[in-house]
Amino acid sequence: MRRLLVANRGEIARRVFSTCRRLGIGTVAVYSDPDADGLFVREADAAVAIGGPLAYLDGAVIIAAARRTGADAIHPGYGFLAENAGFARAVHDAGLVWIGPSPEAIEAMGSKTEARARMEAAGVPVLPGATDVADADRVGFPLLVKASAGGGGRGMRLVERAEDLAAALASARREAGAAFGDDTVFLERYAPRSRHVEIQIVGDAHGRVAAFGERDCSVQRRHQKVIEEAPSPAVDADLRARMSAAAVTAGEAIGYVGAGTVEFLLSGDGAFAFLEVNTRLQVEHPVTELVTGVDLVELQLRVAVGEPVPDAPPLVGHAIEARLYAEDPAHDFLPVTGKLEVFEIAEGVRVDTGVEAGSVIGPHYDPMLAKVVAHGRTRAHAAQRLADRLARARLHGMTTNRDFLVNVLRHPEFLAGEADTTFLERHDCSAPLLGDTRLAAAASALARQAGRRAAARTLATLPSGWRNNPSQLQTARFDGVGVGYRFGRDGALAELVIDGEPLAGARLHECTPELVDLETDGVRRRYRVGATAVNTADGQADLRELPRFTDPAGAVPSGSLTSPMPGSVVRVMVAEGATVVARQPLLVLEAMKMEHEVLAPAAGVVGQLRVTAGAQVQAGAVLAVIDVSEPGL
Amino acid sequence: MGILASTFDPSATAAQANRAAMLARIEEIDALLAQARAGGGEEKVARHRRRGKLLARERIELLLDRDSPFLELHPFMAWHTDFHVGASSVCGIGVVEDVECMIGASDPTVRGGTSNPFTLRKSLRAQEIALVNRLPTINLVESGGADLPTQADAFVPGGAVFRNLSRLSAHGIPTIALVFGSSTAGGAYVPGMSDYNVFVSERAKVFLAGPPLVKMATGEEAGDEELGGAEMHSRTSGLSDYLAADEPDALRLGREIVRDLNWCKLGPGPTEAPVDPRHDPEELLGLVPADPKVPFDPREVLARVLDGSRYDEFKPLYGSALTTGWGSIHGYRVGVLANARGILFSQEAQKAAQFIQLANQKDVPLVFLHNTTGFMVGKDYEQGGIIKHGALMINAVANSTVPHVGVIIGGSYGAANYAMSGRGYDPRFLFSWPSAQSSVMGPEQLAGVLDIVARGAAAARGLEFDEEHGRALREAVETQISAEQTALSNSGRGYDDAIIDPRDTRTVLGFVLSVVHNAPVEGADGFGVFRM
Repeated sequence: MRRLLVANRGEIARRVFSTCRRLGIGTVAVYSDPDADGLFVREADAAVAIGGPLAYLDGAVIIAAARRTGADAIHPGYGFLAENAGFARAVHDAGLVWIGPSPEAIEAMGSKTEARARMEAAGVPVLPGATDVADADRVGFPLLVKASAGGGGRGMRLVERAEDLAAALASARREAGAAFGDDTVFLERYAPRSRHVEIQIVGDAHGRVAAFGERDCSVQRRHQKVIEEAPSPAVDADLRARMSAAAVTAGEAIGYVGAGTVEFLLSGDGAFAFLEVNTRLQVEHPVTELVTGVDLVELQLRVAVGEPVPDAPPLVGHAIEARLYAEDPAHDFLPVTGKLEVFEIAEGVRVDTGVEAGSVIGPHYDPMLAKVVAHGRTRAHAAQRLADRLARARLHGMTTNRDFLVNVLRHPEFLAGEADTTFLERHDCSAPLLGDTRLAAAASALARQAGRRAAARTLATLPSGWRNNPSQLQTARFDGVGVGYRFGRDGALAELVIDGEPLAGARLHECTPELVDLETDGVRRRYRVGATAVNTADGQADLRELPRFTDPAGAVPSGSLTSPMPGSVVRVMVAEGATVVARQPLLVLEAMKMEHEVLAPAAGVVGQLRVTAGAQVQAGAVLAVIDVSEPGL
Repeated sequence: MGILASTFDPSATAAQANRAAMLARIEEIDALLAQARAGGGEEKVARHRRRGKLLARERIELLLDRDSPFLELHPFMAWHTDFHVGASSVCGIGVVEDVECMIGASDPTVRGGTSNPFTLRKSLRAQEIALVNRLPTINLVESGGADLPTQADAFVPGGAVFRNLSRLSAHGIPTIALVFGSSTAGGAYVPGMSDYNVFVSERAKVFLAGPPLVKMATGEEAGDEELGGAEMHSRTSGLSDYLAADEPDALRLGREIVRDLNWCKLGPGPTEAPVDPRHDPEELLGLVPADPKVPFDPREVLARVLDGSRYDEFKPLYGSALTTGWGSIHGYRVGVLANARGILFSQEAQKAAQFIQLANQKDVPLVFLHNTTGFMVGKDYEQGGIIKHGALMINAVANSTVPHVGVIIGGSYGAANYAMSGRGYDPRFLFSWPSAQSSVMGPEQLAGVLDIVARGAAAARGLEFDEEHGRALREAVETQISAEQTALSNSGRGYDDAIIDPRDTRTVLGFVLSVVHNAPVEGADGFGVFRM
C-alpha cells in the first residue's frame, strides 16, 4: 500500500491521514464543494474535488479520483459509503485495496433481521424477537419496532401495549421506507434500564478474530451517542471475557476481516444480548485506542494487506470520549451553523477534529466539532480531566453542547457508573455552566477598554478615560448586561458598576486586551477575553457587545426576514399584502443543492417582498418584511 | 544633570497638614464642578431628559473616542457672578477618531443654553485655543441665542464668535456644527459659518426669525418646520449637510466627518519614552505649604511630573532662585522655568532670557511653574539694572514662539507673572493649582502701599491721618485683594484655562503638549532689542 484515499471528510479523514503519515503511506482526500477549505483537504498530499454536498455518496466519482491520483487503497471512514457493500465491491473490482470487511459480510450485517438470525444460529445470545408481527405476543411487551435496514434510531418505535402496535408499525415502516428505501421492520423485546456495550473486534484474512475490549456507549440522546468510554463500569473481567468470546464467535460466524464492532444490550442483571454488528471503524474508536495502546486504523491497514491480527494487549486505565457538537441544547439540540472564531482545547486530552479557528460550520453535514477524549488512571480521573478541559475550552462564535457534556460528566449518577440508556431522559443536563455572566461581562468591558487604549494613536499614554471633571462612567452594553467603569488618575480601576449595581472593592490586577485579572469580594479570578466570548475556569460566557451607534441606513426593519445563507430564490409563495400566519412558508431558497423554506416568524401582513424567483441573495439579505400583527388586535 | 532625587517626606507633620489643607481646597473645587455638572438643576434636567434629549456632557461623551481622555476647559467660568458656574456651556478638548478636537456644547438646561458675556468669553477663548493650536472644532448646538438681559455685553463678542468660525475655516481648521435644537437668530450663524453641519431630524430649528417675528416683519404666516426645520434645511435650503435620525445619530455622523478630515498634526510629536516619574504624584498634595509665605522646591514637583523624573538642569549655579532645565512629559521634550525661591533677581532674569532663546533655537516648548512674588525691589537692585534685566526676560517671553504652557503652583504676582508668561502673554495654556494666588501684588503689600500713599497725601495737605479710617480702608483692601487673587476668582474670570488637581499636573501637561503639536512647533526667528 503506497497511497491511500479516504472516501470521507473532516475529522475521520484527518484521523486516517495521521496514521498514514506515521506509516509512510501517501494520502489523498476527496472533497465536496462546501468542504473546499477543509483542514483535511489541506493536510492531504493530493485532493480531488468530487462535486456537491452529497458527492461523498458517489462511489464512481471517488474510485475515479483514486485512479487519477494513483491511490491503491480506499478507506471509507464511517458513515457515507462505509457500510455500502456495492461500493466495497466496486473498489475490489477496480483493483484497489478496500479497508473494510468483505462485501458479503457488510451485506449480511446490513440487514438486521438476517444478522439476528445468523447470530442466533451461531449461539450468540439475542433478545426475543420476531420478523412476523403476528408473533408480537411471543416477543412480549414492551417491545421495539425496528427497521431492518435502520440505524440512528430512524424507523424505531417503542410500543408499551399491544393496542398501540398497529399504529407504531405503520409509522415505523413509513419512516424506514423514506430513510433507507426499505420498509422491512422487525420486533425485538425492549429491555428497559439497560446499557449499550459494544466489543471492538478485528479479524484477519487467516480466519482469526480478536477482541480489543468493550466500549460503553450508554449515555445517548435519542439513540445518538453522547459519551463513550472504555472499559465499561458495568463490565468485570469475567463478563468481559464472556462478551468478548460472544463477539469473536459473531465475527467468526461471518468470516469477518477488518475492524468491526459487535453491539450488545447489557441488562442490570449482567445478561447481554446481541444487537447488531457495525462493519466499520466506529466514531468512538479512540477510547479503545487509549486503553489498549493500539492504533486501530493501523490494524485496519495491516489486515487489509493480509497481515495477521495481533493479540489484544491488556487494558490500561480508563478513557472517556465526549462528542462536541455545534448544536443548541436550549433549543432541542438544533444544529447550529456559523463561523467558529476561536477553537482551543488545552493539552491533556486527545482531540480528534476536522475544524480549526475560522472554520465555517455549514448546514450540509453532521455538526460535530470534535471528539474530545481523556485517558486517566481511573475512570474518575478521566471524567474529571475531560470535564475540566471541556469547561475551559475556548469555543467562540457558535453555540455548542459543551456545557451539556460537562454536566453529564459531572453528574453523580454518571460518576457512580450507573448511567444507562435512559440517563438523558431522566436528567436535564442543559443548564449553562456559567449561570451568572455579569463578572465575565465586566471583564470583557475592561479588556475591550485595554484594546482601545492600546490601539489609540492620540493621547495614548494618558490614563484611560481620564477626566478633570468626571460626569459619567465609560459604558459597555452586552446582550442582557450593562457595565460601567471609571479609571482613576493613577490608572487603577476606581469604579465598576454592573447593571446599575456598584461592585465595592473591585480591584483590577491585570488588564490586557485578552486577559483580565479581576478581584471581587476578595477573590481574584482570571478571565480570557475574546471578541464574542469570555472564558473562565468555570466555563464560557458568550458575550457580544452591542454597538455604540447604529447606522439607520444599515438598520434592518423589524419583522425582516433575512437570508440564512447565500443562495437563489426558487419559489415565492406569497405576494405583498398577503396575510400570513406564524411559521407559514413564504419562499424557498436553494443553496448548495439543498432547498430551505423561509417561514414567517410571526403572524402579520407581508409589507415588503424584496425578491422574486430566480434572484441570487447573499447571507443576511432582507428577503421580505412582515408587518407583525399587534397582539390583541 | 540627571534624575531628580526627592527629599520630601510625605509622612512629616507639616506635609500632612499641607495635604489636609490642599484636600480641603480640592473639596471646594469639586463641589463647584458638581454644581457645573448639575446644570439647571434636577427639574430642568428631568424635563430635558423627558424630551428624549441627552445632556450636554452626555453628548460630548458619546462623541468622544471611548476611553480617551477629555480635558474640560473653563469649568469655573462665571464663578461668583450672577450666572451659573460654567457659564451655561461645556467646553474642552477631546479625542474624536484619534483627532484632538475643540468641543463646545451649550447646556440647554441652564437658561435655555443662552449665551451671557461669560459664555462668550469662554467661547472666544476656546476659539483662540483652536486657532493657535490648530484644533478642528465641533459645536454641539442647542441654544436660545443671546442672554437678552445682558445683550449690551453680549452683542459685540457674540459677533466675534461667528467671525472666528470663519477665520478658523480660512486657516484650514475645519469647523463642525451638530445642531440638536434651537439655533436661531444670531445663533443661526453657528451652523451658518461652519464647514460641516448635521441637523437632528425634528429637533434642529435654525432660522433668522421665528414665526412671530416673521409675521411682525412681513405679515407672512409660516411654521417652525418650514422656516428652519432639519428636513427643510437638509432638502431645500442646503444649510444642513447631514440629516441625523436622532441625537446619537448626529454624534455618529460628527465622528464620521472627523474621520474623513484627513487630519495631520504638524508638530514633530513625542520623541522620548513616556516613562512614569520615579516619585508618586499623590505626594504633590503635601508639598505645597498651607502658608503661602513658605517657599518650596519646584524640583520636588518636577520629580513627580517629568518622564522618569529626569531633569537636566541648565545653569544650576547661576540665578538659583529660578531653576531652568530640560526634560520631557509623556514623551514631549520641554524646557522648564520654575521659581525656586519666590523672587526674580537680575541673574534669574538674564538666565531665563538665555534659556528661552535656547528653547526657541531648538524648537522645544516651554513649561512655566509659577511661584513668584515679583522682581526684587530696592535701591541696590534698581541700580543693578533690575528693570532692564527683567525686560530681557519679558522681551524673550513676549517674542518666543515655541508653545508656552504655565501652571501657577503658588503665587504669581506683578511683573514676574508677565515674565513667567502669565495670561497676558498668550501662553497656549495656563492652569492653576487650587492654592494658587495671582494679582498685581499681595493683599498686605497692596493695602500697605495704599496706606503709605494715603498718609503721604494727608501729610502733603497738612491733614492729620485718620488712623481709624485708614485701618478700615486697609482691611477692606486686603479683603478685596485676598478674594480677587484666588485661583477661583481668576478662573471665574477666565484668566486661566482650568484649576487642576495637583495630582493631574503631569496628565494635563502631557495632554496639552500633545495638543500644541497639532500646530508646527517652531522657535522665534528674532526677538526685540535686548537692552544690555
